[in-house]
Amino acid sequence: MGKLFSSKNKEVLFSPLSKNNPVVVQMLGVCSALAVTAKLEPAIVMAISVTVVVAFANVIISLMRNTIPNRIRIIVQLVVVAALVTIVSELLKAYAYDVNKQLSVFVGLIITNCILMGRLEAFALGNGPWESFLDGIGNGLGYGLILVVIAFFRELLGSGTLLGIQVVPQAAYDFGYVNNGLMILPPMAMFVVAAIIWAHRAKNKDLQEN
Amino acid sequence: MEQLLSTFVRSIFVDNMIFAYYLGMCSYLAVSKNVKTALGLGLAVTFILTCTLPINYMLETHVLKEGALSWLGADYANVNLSFLSLIIFIAIIASFVQLVEMIVEKYAPALYASLGIFLPLIAVNCAILGGSLFMQQKAFDNVGVATVYGFGSGIGWLLAIIGMAAIREKLQYSDVPKPLKGLGITFIVTGLMGIAFMSFSGIKI
Repeated sequence: MGKLFSSKNKEVLFSPLSKNNPVVVQMLGVCSALAVTAKLEPAIVMAISVTVVVAFANVIISLMRNTIPNRIRIIVQLVVVAALVTIVSELLKAYAYDVNKQLSVFVGLIITNCILMGRLEAFALGNGPWESFLDGIGNGLGYGLILVVIAFFRELLGSGTLLGIQVVPQAAYDFGYVNNGLMILPPMAMFVVAAIIWAHRAKNKDLQEN
Repeated sequence: MEQLLSTFVRSIFVDNMIFAYYLGMCSYLAVSKNVKTALGLGLAVTFILTCTLPINYMLETHVLKEGALSWLGADYANVNLSFLSLIIFIAIIASFVQLVEMIVEKYAPALYASLGIFLPLIAVNCAILGGSLFMQQKAFDNVGVATVYGFGSGIGWLLAIIGMAAIREKLQYSDVPKPLKGLGITFIVTGLMGIAFMSFSGIKI
């Protein structure tokens, strides 16, 4: 066990959660992070799906990394990812049909989620299967963390609910509190992400751009 | 004709790939630093979308959809291959991008050099696969509408990335709070542009 979780592997697993976060630092996987976060439930399902796909795609590509010809590696990677996403998509259709409907095309779009290609190119092609697996889990969780934070604020402020359960008390509405409908609309996700980036970079000064 | 026109206008303004669905955000954020490269990438994306959508549409209606294989005979009338659509679509897109890359490399080396790494990366641009998946979801009437939808989506993406690149060129001279510089302010500007584009969504065509 000691060897499996050496300090380097811990770094690989945990650095994507904050200082090397795929969404707000590496700028990967932004498309779906914005599109599925109007409600918390689809955001969580999406985060789990991406984590699973990126972890297993990393392992498979890492196992094949010495046999893939360089010129066609993008097509090979896409086929591996597409096969995994098809499995996830069929599973969702079978066991979580409502959420699958809400996610609509974005399940299929996990294939072109830049986190996948980014991690496969940058990590799995040059590292062993176990490190790649940890890297996939770490990046999936880092991505999921941002998704959940965005979805939490958007659902709370936009609909007054969390996971579909009413949390803003009726009394508040009686006093004249109104849900901020703007939060559910697409552009507001951009402002929430910008706010997260602002807070994150104010704390980690070395990430600031000039 | 009317349907073609309305699909075209809708796909550019109302269903804009970036502002309504956030597709292709990654390259949109990475390549929008100056107008010239943005224009090159936008044109390439438009071209690939216009070419792959009709191919994928034909595959969808004649091979993949439930009952689509009935032209092979009654035995195949109940075959449903739609679970294969993701793999087929991405394979078509990736091989098409590879093909375009080779053609451009051979006949227009100057353009090839200026696009550089962005050309092969178009294969993983969400806007392209998104176009095919929306085509599947919207179930267009014929291949003409699908082609126009692909072309319009490409033009919409092109408009968005050029607008963003022009704004970012000017943003370099403004005094942005330090933590927001670069990525943060780009998100805020995109959000504001998105709100502006939302005013089109009331249009009934």
